[in-house]
Amino acid sequence: MTVLTIATLTLREASRRRVLRSLAVLTVLLLALSAWGFSRIDAEFGGLTSGEAKVAGSTVLNLVMFGYSLIAALGTAFLAGPSLAGEVESGIALAMMTRPIRRWSVLLGKWLGLVAFGSGFVTVAGVSQFLIVHLTVGYWPPHPVTGLLLLAGQTAALLTLGLLFATAISPMASGIVAVGLFGATWIAGVVGSVGEALGNPSVAQIGVVSRMLLPTDGLWRGAMNAFQDPALLAQIGTGVEESPFLSMAPLTPAYLTWAAIWTLLVLGLAALGFHRRDL
Amino acid sequence: MEAVTDSPAVWASHLRKRYRKRVAVDGVSFTVARGEVLGLLGPNGAGKTTVIKMMLGLVRPDAGEVMLLGRPNTDPRSRERVGYLPELFRYQPWLTAGEVLALHVRLAGVAVSDRDRRDALGLVGLADRAGDRVGGFSKGMQQRLGLAVALVARPELVVLDEPTSALDPLGRADVRDLLLSLKQRRVAVLLNSHLIGEVERVCDRVLILDRGRVAASGTLAELLGRRQLRLRLDNVPDGLLGPCERNGDRYTVAMPDDVPALVADLVKHGVRVHAVEPARATLEERLLDILRTHPEEHR
Repeated sequence: MTVLTIATLTLREASRRRVLRSLAVLTVLLLALSAWGFSRIDAEFGGLTSGEAKVAGSTVLNLVMFGYSLIAALGTAFLAGPSLAGEVESGIALAMMTRPIRRWSVLLGKWLGLVAFGSGFVTVAGVSQFLIVHLTVGYWPPHPVTGLLLLAGQTAALLTLGLLFATAISPMASGIVAVGLFGATWIAGVVGSVGEALGNPSVAQIGVVSRMLLPTDGLWRGAMNAFQDPALLAQIGTGVEESPFLSMAPLTPAYLTWAAIWTLLVLGLAALGFHRRDL
Repeated sequence: MEAVTDSPAVWASHLRKRYRKRVAVDGVSFTVARGEVLGLLGPNGAGKTTVIKMMLGLVRPDAGEVMLLGRPNTDPRSRERVGYLPELFRYQPWLTAGEVLALHVRLAGVAVSDRDRRDALGLVGLADRAGDRVGGFSKGMQQRLGLAVALVARPELVVLDEPTSALDPLGRADVRDLLLSLKQRRVAVLLNSHLIGEVERVCDRVLILDRGRVAASGTLAELLGRRQLRLRLDNVPDGLLGPCERNGDRYTVAMPDDVPALVADLVKHGVRVHAVEPARATLEERLLDILRTHPEEHR
């Protein structure tokens, strides 16, 4: 009951704060830009074979989806901070937390609200993008639902980390640290791919370790794999592994399980941190 | 564990809290009986707000125990019938006043009708602002909203931390009336206020904190001493008045049961009576006296 009340409150907060308007503007801009870009691919390279059009569509789609995942991650991570640490700092939490409720239920409610918000955004933006790509170059990703779920998972993982930081540090700092780590993991992932391509196991290891420490990049790679045409990789062959916008293999069940455990573990730590915090 | 209904509204025992090297609260114990209004007084940094926060489970005490309305305060249900106006009062700026009240009613798990919610806003003078966003409220209006939030879920214990800090004189008078009406309805109140006059007017008992410890506590009568009678007299025969303080023609005696009889008696003995007035040290005098002159007495 408390969890749902707080989740609804968090969604209402997201919808009433400027963050939603900023997100909407950014998304519409990106959608418009990509619609124009995809229509140019079709117009400029009218002589493309269907295979080539798929390759182009698939690659550019991944690039654009990366943009959305970035917006979703930044948006929710910067919502998580004010939503928890901001309420503690401003004093909003004082009157609320003296109601007959447990702190973990407030945290879980906020988490659920933020996850719903992030997933909703990813779904709306993603499906709109798929439609644009389909209408312009006739490409439809092979596993759209899996891909969107993985993007939602990536958003959830990052906002959970943002919530954990928000139990200890200031609202803005928690957002910045979470997004900084997100960026660092992505770069580590790219470095790891380069290591794989060059056959350097120790450099490749960087990507593997960073994807274990913070599963956002791993989930993003799984999502990319779900969006790109399987014929593409066979067609291009090897030598493209280092591209940050291509993913060679789908995620293993073991990694998905780890990502889920990681998220729950961080959420548990956040609950513990919030429980012990003096308000 | 079931709540004991005849238990005090608050029972706090040996509360202690240290922030790094500074001891904020050191062995504070007190009770607030059902229907009683307890005033919490003390200088800045005496630990009043920390005591309140520990009592309500917002701050973890290093030591000590608290029971609220018969339940240990570690049990969230102990706060089912508690209303709280924090010193730092802020409410979700993106919600309307009506939505803030609705949220608190839902969190309190109490059924409160729309009409009662509107009444709560009306009680603090915000009846016509229910649909306005809190973000546009002045500080005074937010504090009024905070009072409505504290009162909306039919509390049996109300904790008010500096409830008039942002209010104009009219607002202060409203709060005083509100406190008196709570007292009439047998709602226990813990009032932390710097306005000693308010405390003296509405509180049954007072707890004075200084540097994290209880400096004094008791009913107003206990703290302020017995009421006295000040007289200005001429022509007083020796020994007629019994034990008294004398300063020229001014005499101070313990308040007799029957003042007219004392005056009649004095006149009968040929004393010329110029003035007769009741007297008592004010709470402010007593507080300053306790804090300034006896800082070590209670350590």
